[in-house]
Amino acid sequence: MDRLHLSQHISRQFNSEIDDVRRRVLAMGGLVEEQIDAALHVLIERDAAAATAIRDRERSINEMELAIDERCTFILARRQPAASDLRLVLAVMKMLADLERIGDEAKRVARMAERLLGDEGSADLTAALAELGEQARGMLRGALDAFARFDGDLALDVMRRDRRLDGLYRDLNETLVARMQAAPERIPAELERLWCARSLERIGDRCKNLCEFVLYLVQGKDVRHSGLAKGE
Amino acid sequence: MSSVTPELPPAQASLRASDDGIALRTESLSLWYGTRRALDAVSLAVPARRITALVGPSGSGKSSLLRCLNRLNDEVDGCRVDGRVWIGDTDAYAADTPVHELRRRVGMVFQRPNPFPLSIGDNVAYGLRLHGVRQRRELDERIEAALRTVALWDEVATRLDDSALDLSLGQQQRLVVARALAVEPEILLLDEPASALDPAATLRFEELLRQLAQRRTLLLVTHNMQQAARVADFTAVLHQGRLVEFDDTDALFTNPRQRLTEDFITGRYG
Repeated sequence: MDRLHLSQHISRQFNSEIDDVRRRVLAMGGLVEEQIDAALHVLIERDAAAATAIRDRERSINEMELAIDERCTFILARRQPAASDLRLVLAVMKMLADLERIGDEAKRVARMAERLLGDEGSADLTAALAELGEQARGMLRGALDAFARFDGDLALDVMRRDRRLDGLYRDLNETLVARMQAAPERIPAELERLWCARSLERIGDRCKNLCEFVLYLVQGKDVRHSGLAKGE
Repeated sequence: MSSVTPELPPAQASLRASDDGIALRTESLSLWYGTRRALDAVSLAVPARRITALVGPSGSGKSSLLRCLNRLNDEVDGCRVDGRVWIGDTDAYAADTPVHELRRRVGMVFQRPNPFPLSIGDNVAYGLRLHGVRQRRELDERIEAALRTVALWDEVATRLDDSALDLSLGQQQRLVVARALAVEPEILLLDEPASALDPAATLRFEELLRQLAQRRTLLLVTHNMQQAARVADFTAVLHQGRLVEFDDTDALFTNPRQRLTEDFITGRYG
């Protein structure tokens, strides 16, 4: 899929440099997605073993961030890209930061989920957290698909999904606050759940950022801080 | 001279709101060399006291367009022009427009520095003498002013009688600009003026262009996309004799509207 004709430069070397960056971003995105999967596994399935791999993957994600950033810098220095080439490099450099931070949020969820392993909680809470996690994971998948296909419509669709995620987070927040008020001894556990929910909600925000950069890349429009960015 | 007020091409209607004004415009300008059509109905408005870059592949008509604007193409056998060229309110091709006065108002600098085989001072004085300036004092003052404008005065003040051909290429190109500036043109046409210069001389020359544009309108043909991006306020893209796109340089280099522009400035084969 090459809607931006990025593989049609006269310089084949430039084509491969651009393609290399694009593939590496998707590979990094894949690892970040695995981080979310693993974190949700610890949180929902109560599988402590899944937490171990998270630290190794985080190292890989950080290394990939640096490597892609470096390649983008070389492209800027050597190719002085313009138009969609320039927008791709700029978008990727900004997307890298959001992807890396999504990975950090996933790691945070896993850490808090490990502390919750001894707490029973309730089926309703687990279901609500699972739904929040699924939404966040779906948004990341959508953002990466939008980037892979240079699909502005899909990016917009994913951005709109953030409202639903925010709604789920607000509902869960209210439930958890009510539970803490009703049974103060449960405060430490419910706070861990609240922070998990908060991290998942932030993953949604960062996915929205990714989609804003995809829109900039595809359409040349900067929609940050606009009505579009608010899901309007 | 005509008193008809020229209209802006529709694609550039937004320029009307600016208070910068338009220094030069073409209306459906076509040009033939014999049977070969080099320009095809080009309508372009060039903002005053700004640098406008003309870019496009070889054979797209950039230099041909430039040469139409001060009627240099008149000298080419078999050359035919259709459409209008307005320099301010003057119809450049009207029967009563004196060509020598048109060329004083619209100066030209070429790709290779082309100083005359005269002294440095006489090179700058050449156009002035042609336009009737005879008094030594006035000549000296205007030579100094022109050489100061192009930042060459300090380098040549003590050797104005030396041959211009002894200067470096960068100095020669600045001298040629000084020669063009001496007769105080409103518009300066530049046809790849830095392509023979080394990187440092190129940057110095670009700095000079920015300075000149504070008071004059510059139209710059360049094959160097980075140069257009660095110095031009506006950029026009030509392809096969047609104007493909005209826009603010920032917009054109980050988000061009036309696929042809995108392909050209990013080095795609299209």
